[in-house]
Amino acid sequence: MLIRLTGGVVYDPASGIDGQQQDIYIQDGRIVNKPTGDFLIDKEYDLKGKVVMSGAIDMHTHIGGGKGNIARTLLPEDHRQDPVASTHICRSGCGHAMPSTFVTGYRYAEMGYTAGFEPAVLPINARQAHMEMGDIPILDKGGYVMLGSDDYFLRLLTAKKDQKAINDYVAWTMHSAKAIGVKVVNPGGINAFKFNQRKLDLDEQNAHYGVTPRDILHVLATAVKELGVSHPLHVHGCNLGVPGNVQTTLDTIQGIGGLPMHLTHIQFHSYGTEGDFKFSSGAAQIAEAVNNNKNITIDVGQILFGQTVTASGDNMRQHANHKLASPNKWVTMDIECDAGCGVVPFKYKDQSFVNALQWAIGLETFLLVNDPWRIFLTTDHPNGAPFTSYPHLIRLLMDRTFRNDVLSTIHPEAQKMTTLASIEREYTLQEIAIMTRAGAAKLIGLKDRGGLSAGNWADITVYTDNTDRQKMFEKPDYVFKDGQLVVVDGKVVSIKWGTTHVVQPDYDPSVEKGLKDYFDRYLTMKMGNFKISDDEITEDGRGSITVHPLNGDVA
Amino acid sequence: MTDITEVPSPFCGIGTDDLTIRVEGVSLKVIENGCAVNTPAFEQAITDTSARVDGKEVSLETAVAKAAELLKNTKLPVIGGCATDVNGMRALLALADRSGAVVDNINFTGARNNFLALQDSGWMNTTLAEVKNRCDLLLVVGTDLEAFAPRFFERYLWNKEAMFVQDTSAREVIYLGKAPSGNASTSPNGQKAQVLESATEDLPEVIAVLRALVKGLPIRATSVGGIAVTELQILADKLKSATYGVVTWAAGALAYRQAELTVQTLSELIKDINDRNARCSGLPLAGKEGDQTANQVCGWTTGYPARTRFSRGYPEYDPFLNDTNLLLDSGEADALVWVHAFNVNAVPPATDLPLVVVGRSGMTFSKEPDVFIPVGTPGIDHAGHAYRMDNVVAIRLKKLRDSGLPSTADVLNAIEHALREETVC
Repeated sequence: MLIRLTGGVVYDPASGIDGQQQDIYIQDGRIVNKPTGDFLIDKEYDLKGKVVMSGAIDMHTHIGGGKGNIARTLLPEDHRQDPVASTHICRSGCGHAMPSTFVTGYRYAEMGYTAGFEPAVLPINARQAHMEMGDIPILDKGGYVMLGSDDYFLRLLTAKKDQKAINDYVAWTMHSAKAIGVKVVNPGGINAFKFNQRKLDLDEQNAHYGVTPRDILHVLATAVKELGVSHPLHVHGCNLGVPGNVQTTLDTIQGIGGLPMHLTHIQFHSYGTEGDFKFSSGAAQIAEAVNNNKNITIDVGQILFGQTVTASGDNMRQHANHKLASPNKWVTMDIECDAGCGVVPFKYKDQSFVNALQWAIGLETFLLVNDPWRIFLTTDHPNGAPFTSYPHLIRLLMDRTFRNDVLSTIHPEAQKMTTLASIEREYTLQEIAIMTRAGAAKLIGLKDRGGLSAGNWADITVYTDNTDRQKMFEKPDYVFKDGQLVVVDGKVVSIKWGTTHVVQPDYDPSVEKGLKDYFDRYLTMKMGNFKISDDEITEDGRGSITVHPLNGDVA
Repeated sequence: MTDITEVPSPFCGIGTDDLTIRVEGVSLKVIENGCAVNTPAFEQAITDTSARVDGKEVSLETAVAKAAELLKNTKLPVIGGCATDVNGMRALLALADRSGAVVDNINFTGARNNFLALQDSGWMNTTLAEVKNRCDLLLVVGTDLEAFAPRFFERYLWNKEAMFVQDTSAREVIYLGKAPSGNASTSPNGQKAQVLESATEDLPEVIAVLRALVKGLPIRATSVGGIAVTELQILADKLKSATYGVVTWAAGALAYRQAELTVQTLSELIKDINDRNARCSGLPLAGKEGDQTANQVCGWTTGYPARTRFSRGYPEYDPFLNDTNLLLDSGEADALVWVHAFNVNAVPPATDLPLVVVGRSGMTFSKEPDVFIPVGTPGIDHAGHAYRMDNVVAIRLKKLRDSGLPSTADVLNAIEHALREETVC
């Protein structure tokens, strides 16, 4: 079947196309060049005056894994505010802060998203992450596997094993857990909490292992680079949420010594200690450091006002913040000599000085970082806000008048502590397309996604241009997933099942010798039972695995 | 004859995955690392291989069609049991969504003690590998742990080596409430567990005093539930000075009204210790025969644990009103689908309603169901996934033999498809 999307105004940064009228042809799920000679169009969509982008990609969203399900179980009252009934094609479920899996897929697709990546896959919980993501319709998905607080890794460091041994272990874990990236959360801090350490600075030693977060970051970032994994080490830094942590973050950037590194939800790591309340914005310093260090990419983790729930691997910091839980209930876990998690419900209030300034810090960061290819639009769903708030966030970025109107309503002391009112920048459609499409695909290393040139999979979103960008982005006219029309006028019209994106870096098989011994002696599962097989993802007849090339591979 | 090694068990809840099982045709024998729970569960013989309608053997297709017909015009069918693997639960929830049913896990009334505490104030918990490598003090509350999981001590406390405990045999075990039924909790060096015995019903009072002592509050009584307060003071001090204390309980063993308040007090006591610069964690025991699996899959599919109804088109959770027995007794339910792929003794409650049983081969009934479809057991007849007690680890279940029995997912998906066709036509 040949489909033509006719006359749309195309924003395709991957091909350098910035708002040009172009036809797009789709055949067998992919975008193709205009056929030569005579050809028959089976289906045509008249897109004159419409805005066309590739399907959006959320490169950091908590959509699969145990802590999300704890968050769901913890908050029945939140679900009751947003029940979702079944239809003849859609399953029932719940929405708001931590939606059910099916509703996650529908609502992402209904905003024009066609892929989402779970950033905190614990190796031991990877099965669950994939099973949950396997129940998210329409979206492609993938995960970054969490390392850095697992005892096996820390033992390797303490034993002064060489970088190759680390690389083999990282590659083996990526295979076993079916990952496309590697994440580190509060490097070594989750482990230190198990030894009753309550904070861990960049150069502070783990009480048992004697290694520092700086050591861990360097070794893991090197491993990711040497293995040829496209996505740089994904870093949730030390001291999340602590006033003054801007210095930690700047030291982290300097300390990585030019290695590729992605700093996630950087808003939560950009706090100074100035002012009457000893809490101030470090966004300008962070933005300057990002602008000056081309090896660094970031996503923002914008907070937006309202009820949500924070779900993180960082049980050390989540425990420290438990007194802020609203409603007052929370969970932390130590997990399997592997990692941990913490789930704390939050209600961000515009009349709270701290929350209001957090809001402004996120926006300052977006607006002060120059290169849209190195910054990504996230709320760290659901930690800063549920993903369904993205259209509102896009309007804040694209519409200075609207932004300043909202700014004028927040806590007055926070207004005095932000430069936001004076920042004139408004994001363009092309910059939004970079942050949410082309840039994200490039960062993760997704082949044939995030672009609209021939050869790409036909993940396409069509919007009606509207100066109210929130209205525009919350209700696309059409969304195509792999060439199938899945959304019309912001509603799901058909179901398709996305693929699971992975990379498979090489490792020396002898790595399993040490691992098998470790599993037998210390863990609770046999090594053979730990590794996830391909059929676990494909046996339901819906899932599939897509292996992406490594840096240096010949495409 | 084949010996299959490293076999994981969905029966015991503690994720044992070191069983060796000898397979001869369709008969299984546990030849290594069996226990009182796992061995009979694996060795249970296949009896029925064909479905029945009204007691007569029929094809699977006929039985599926009959089940769909029985469900077609119901107003509030109940899907009880809910004991199967992840794919079975996925299919079960699809059928519930389609038919507007109530979904209710067989062990939910016990698990409710945990869910109500979790949903009201939360907790700080740990998992089995942390216990194995870190725990220096285990407090067992109101539960006969070795009867619950015969290999718990051998695997997770008396392991020869631990990463962070020098001498594992020096670990301290203290029982509060129920005394242990055997000697599994006796350390390899002969040290018996300390038992602070009280009646199970007295535990709310005992735990409340223990929490008060942890917080340093004055207690005027000298004895509570038959335990001297001085003994509880020593226990509180031990919990506060342990390097990595662990408190474990089985929610179902706290068999008295409003036992959720006991779980909550325990969980808050653990939090109190962590707020006093020491580490301590909870370890709720559960996970037998698919109960964690039911709650996990229902959790991500609906947002709620597995006592949830779909009768209004969207999921509604009610930990009390969506109880199978209550709905049968009140006459609100108008059909029962009973799903239990693990245990032949887990038969449906007595009912005169239309009854469809999707059960483990070998199940016998005092009253023949309208439809009985024998299914394979996850981890024996087909591969699958099951959650362990600590909820984080999903184990990959193996297929051990070719029995030809369909999986729960096969059967429930087929009923859902048949129902969809009937509804559309």
